[in-house]
Amino acid sequence: MRSRFQQGLDELKEKLLKMGGLAEQAIDRATEAYRTRDSKFCQMVLTGENAINDAEREIDELALDLLAMQQPMAIDLRFILAVLKINADLERVGDQAVNIAQRVLDLISEPELSLPVDIPRMADSVSTMVQRALESFLDGRAEVAEAVLQMDGIIDRMKDEAFVILVRRMHDDPQCTRQALNVLLIARALERIADHATNIAEDVIFWVRGADVRHGGAHFRE
Amino acid sequence: MGVGIEVRGLNAWYGKNLSLKSIDMTVQANHVTAVIGPSGCGKSTFVRCLNRMHETIPEAHAEGLVKVGEMDVYGSGSDPVEVRRRIGMVFQKPNPFPTMSVYGNVAAGLKLNGLRNRKQMDELVERSLKLAALWDEVKDDLHKKSGASLSGGQQQRLCIARSLAVEPEVLLMDEPASALDPISTSKIEELIFQLKQHYTVVIVTHNMQQAARVAEFTGFFLMGSLIEYDKTEKIFTAPADKRTEDYITGRFG
Repeated sequence: MRSRFQQGLDELKEKLLKMGGLAEQAIDRATEAYRTRDSKFCQMVLTGENAINDAEREIDELALDLLAMQQPMAIDLRFILAVLKINADLERVGDQAVNIAQRVLDLISEPELSLPVDIPRMADSVSTMVQRALESFLDGRAEVAEAVLQMDGIIDRMKDEAFVILVRRMHDDPQCTRQALNVLLIARALERIADHATNIAEDVIFWVRGADVRHGGAHFRE
Repeated sequence: MGVGIEVRGLNAWYGKNLSLKSIDMTVQANHVTAVIGPSGCGKSTFVRCLNRMHETIPEAHAEGLVKVGEMDVYGSGSDPVEVRRRIGMVFQKPNPFPTMSVYGNVAAGLKLNGLRNRKQMDELVERSLKLAALWDEVKDDLHKKSGASLSGGQQQRLCIARSLAVEPEVLLMDEPASALDPISTSKIEELIFQLKQHYTVVIVTHNMQQAARVAEFTGFFLMGSLIEYDKTEKIFTAPADKRTEDYITGRFG
């Protein structure tokens, strides 16, 4: 028989994974909106944000209750702290998806313009990062989380390349500034989502191994 | 001032049953060290070995090295009475001498040790009651009030004052707050925190939150063995041994 505390931890995990699903869905819909220039997907992202915000509140409440009532220790304490931080990251992922959707709405209000930046490819990589970070959380697999950390550099480089290309384009052809700026902001939002996925992976490593791997180091408690 | 404790290869028996198995532990001077573990793990036996209380139980004995400061507790010339004066002990249930006044309770150990100077005794009683954070509550009725008339929490602080009066270097506490309400418990915990300035404190507790609150070092005992001994924050956030983690997260014990 599972203890009440264990049931609470399981419920917390389930809720966070569900919220993760909503965040992933928001990224995919925002990307789909960019790919298809269909405002319907943008609207889905905008209306879906409330569900993510509600989930964030619920998870915070449950985590707070468990901390107050059960006074967890060691791996359980690390789990709840990780959940609280991942929760905040997922909510920010939702916000970035909304930013992308808003940029896409602005983009499609003007005629389509071909820009040499592969946003869908970048979005796929970012989406994979979030997916794998959540996978690592599902089973407490630190090695999967480590693989997510490795991917962050690739996304940073993609964003830097997009910046160079788009700034040059704006300089060469000021007519397309608005379009290029929107794409640039989308690239930046994707890069930020990758940062959140990295945070999630770091929190999973902290939960499983008790090690702080933020800011490029492995810090174990002495 | 408190002194450090060195324990090497300590074994303890009840009759033929080996209940402590080759314990090695270094207790830091002027720090609070908590000893935790499930019932029957040997944690109380361990602290009772530190001041030779264990051997007062029929058929119980201990072997190994216990050094408290420079004193070899089990050395050939060691005197159990002197050991227990230098290593005071407070028990789970407050046990003041019921017929004695508050003053008499604190002065009892001093009288046993031959102190006759009234002025010196008054000073030591006052100092001990102040250190035990009880002075303000009893100073007006020192001689009239009996130890037994105090509340449970006050009685426990009286017992702490009684232990401190004979000026020990180490204070052992076996579940000192488990019979007390939360307010008295928090007073005792605050007191333990203050006491480490002058003494080395070793506390046995079933209450892990209490260990986490008061101790800088924590040792986890299981079936007579010391499984893990480390800084308290390490033990309670990221213990190295799976058995420690299972115990403190309530998966067994």
